[in-house]
Amino acid sequence: MIIRSSLRAAFLALTLGGAFLGGGCSRRSAPAAAAAAPAQVLRMGNSAEPQDLDPQTVQGVPELNIVLALFDSLVEADPHDLHPVPGQAESWEISPDGLTYTFHLRAGLSWSNGEPLTADDFIQSYRRILAPAFAAEYSYLFYYVKGAKEFNEGTLTDFAQVGFRAPDARTLVVSLKQPTPFLLKEIACHYAWDAVPVKTIARFGPLEQKGSHWTRAGNLVSSGPFQLKDWTPNKRIIVVRNPHYWDAGRVRLDQIEFYPIDDQNVEERMFRTGQLDLTYDFLPNKLDAYRRDHPDELRVDPWLGIYYYNFNVTRPPFTDARVRRAFALAVDREELVRDVMRGGQTPAYAVSYPGVSGYAPRARLEGGVAEARRLLAEAGYPEGRGLPPIELLYNPNQEYNRSVAEAIQAMWRKNLGVAVALTNQEWKVYLDSMQTGHYQIARAGWIADYADPNVFLEIYATGNGNNYTKWSNPEYDRLLHQALLATDESARYACYQQMDAILVRECPVIPLFYYTKTYAKKPSVQGWWPTLLDEHPYKYVYIQN
Amino acid sequence: MLRYVLRRLLEAIPVMLVIITGTFFMQRFVPGGPFTAEKAVTPEVQRNLEAYYHLNDPLWKQYVDYLWDLTPKRFHPLALTDGLDLKEAFGIDFRPSFKYPNRTVNEIIADKLPVSLELGMISLGVALVIGLPLGILAAVRRNSWIDYICSSVAMTGICVPTFVLGPVLVLGFAIHLGWFNASGWYGPIDRVLPSLTLGSVYAAYIARLTRGGFLEVLNQDFIRTARAKGASESRVIFRHALRGGLLPVVSFLGPAVAGILTGSFVIETIFQIPGLGREFVNSAFNRDYTLILGTVILYAGFIIVLNLVVDVVQVWMNPKLKFE
Repeated sequence: MIIRSSLRAAFLALTLGGAFLGGGCSRRSAPAAAAAAPAQVLRMGNSAEPQDLDPQTVQGVPELNIVLALFDSLVEADPHDLHPVPGQAESWEISPDGLTYTFHLRAGLSWSNGEPLTADDFIQSYRRILAPAFAAEYSYLFYYVKGAKEFNEGTLTDFAQVGFRAPDARTLVVSLKQPTPFLLKEIACHYAWDAVPVKTIARFGPLEQKGSHWTRAGNLVSSGPFQLKDWTPNKRIIVVRNPHYWDAGRVRLDQIEFYPIDDQNVEERMFRTGQLDLTYDFLPNKLDAYRRDHPDELRVDPWLGIYYYNFNVTRPPFTDARVRRAFALAVDREELVRDVMRGGQTPAYAVSYPGVSGYAPRARLEGGVAEARRLLAEAGYPEGRGLPPIELLYNPNQEYNRSVAEAIQAMWRKNLGVAVALTNQEWKVYLDSMQTGHYQIARAGWIADYADPNVFLEIYATGNGNNYTKWSNPEYDRLLHQALLATDESARYACYQQMDAILVRECPVIPLFYYTKTYAKKPSVQGWWPTLLDEHPYKYVYIQN
Repeated sequence: MLRYVLRRLLEAIPVMLVIITGTFFMQRFVPGGPFTAEKAVTPEVQRNLEAYYHLNDPLWKQYVDYLWDLTPKRFHPLALTDGLDLKEAFGIDFRPSFKYPNRTVNEIIADKLPVSLELGMISLGVALVIGLPLGILAAVRRNSWIDYICSSVAMTGICVPTFVLGPVLVLGFAIHLGWFNASGWYGPIDRVLPSLTLGSVYAAYIARLTRGGFLEVLNQDFIRTARAKGASESRVIFRHALRGGLLPVVSFLGPAVAGILTGSFVIETIFQIPGLGREFVNSAFNRDYTLILGTVILYAGFIIVLNLVVDVVQVWMNPKLKFE
């Protein structure tokens, strides 16, 4: 998942008088608008105006939050820990070789306009997302399916040869190229796998046209617990209960309102006046005030994401693993989390998130400053002498990126005797620098799309588009491949253990800390549990008055 | 005068062309593009995307195609009353936005411009209602305590930026007193704080300029003559001095109105107003090529037209000037 962040947020966070309003939070009665609202309405801050609401074209978290309300999936996520539970499919079978998934759809599934929802809708949806002309960013998620990559690249033109079949209206068969042990988790948490109402879409233009008017209020037909009622750009999106949803009886909210507020100061003020029940994000400088005055409204949830620094391993001195490891060891993560971040984050001593799907990496960056100094000397730079000028690149979207960079700069100076210069670049310039390799050390972050160790580890495979370090290790690639072929989880996790060990030894990246999701929530919002992916199935949520 | 206006409008065409050309090419040379995201897309997907948006055509061809889409092809100004659709009215097509694929730039402008216009008009009203009397009062009672108070208020208004004033007003009136929403753009009551914030800055400038303009005029011979003829003080001010005293304000208002009408990024962000100012700034961060061009062209158009209006008004107000 992309961390939606933009310069404006940073720019405004810095400027919009956070300092003026910081500290005490007095509580007053909410203005009329809030008091008059009906009981079962959830009003959420949602960061940014969604690009679109087509589950096959959107990518960001704000879009995800809305799409989750509108579209249902074959397999849903449990509201407590997101493990796959039956959704549109009431049951499924996996062949012993792990290559064939057969989903049995519930009887009587229908779209919000009452039209039946059948297995063929899935097939037509997957044909759409894989069509080369449609250019869907998330098409690669289907590359595990037989023939999907070839079809998406245009080398295969007959969709019948892609591994999707619908023997009858209620059965969907997916044939894979290789066992993909995390497939169900991905389907449960990733909307790209949701069926879209192809018949409705076709009424508004060619299926392969992005951004036809089918996603507008009044046109959009959904399959999830809610349907779209109103979409006023940059103002709000309102969804209301969908009576045709198969589990409509469980849905308790009448309405959800999403507010695209891109400034955290504004969001917090709206929360205080009662205009919002939930914020999207939270200002680090207000954490202490809320902890003191309104601990019941502050939420700090674990979040399946890691904050780290990339090394460009093609540029000296970071071609040498010893130097990389020295830099990684010379960072005091406890201090970073305690004094700089202050949001309950967990220090990261390895890449994989500890405890995701029952996996915890045994490998750990160990040895501390003494080992770091020894390694640096061994590499030929005792006390940092002889090192070329080094630059650390970050993006100032979040204020804490700068604080973290400054703290680490000081740690390297103190612990290694190395002077590192800091450079910041505007978001897209920074991404471009990182993607084209114009950097030495760069800040990075990664939030998981689904809860499985594979999400973090697959990045460092040779040739992975997100491996901006250019690091490559044949043994690592072999292990990743072997893990995907493994049919039982312990064999797969054994491969991951070895991969984590390689990452800690070679240090193409410096793991710094695992994210937490901080936000404010009115205590009246119930049925909202901390989940590692910050996904909260809305059908369980309700307002307790 | 008609000839003068026509000539100025003709002169605007090459100006616009330079602005469009400059913007078109400059944005392409900035690192990153509309599809640059934290999560890299695969090369196949990248190729598909570029083909979909015709970004793989040679740059000159994209430029020529874009210019053709912009060229007015019809003239139905009455269509504008039915929503601000420039395509319907003049055949000007700003194309779909890259960032928001299901909206065209024409639509975004048609949606957002009226909001910015509304906010701008009210703020301008606030600015004039506060600024003019303050400035006139200060000039008439020059170097008295009234002048000092008016000038200090104006100076404070100039010095306190909107990103401070806005949150302070919200803190006081929305959070502590509970009279308003903290942010939002729903009912008429939501217009109060934003227009007060935006208007007060312009009020401050207007007060300063009015005071300066009036002081200059009040020292002139024709004012002394008017007084010598026994004209009352109010007649001297409103009948004789007003026109000349407001000249600096009018020249300031041209570009100021263009700015105020196309929206204020800061105000719109503080108060969550769905106006054009945020689109203008965010389009650049998003590398939304078509939206950048659309808003720049609109803004440039406003400045050109409003400067022309200012010039015409100045000739009317200042007998020393002629259309030439």
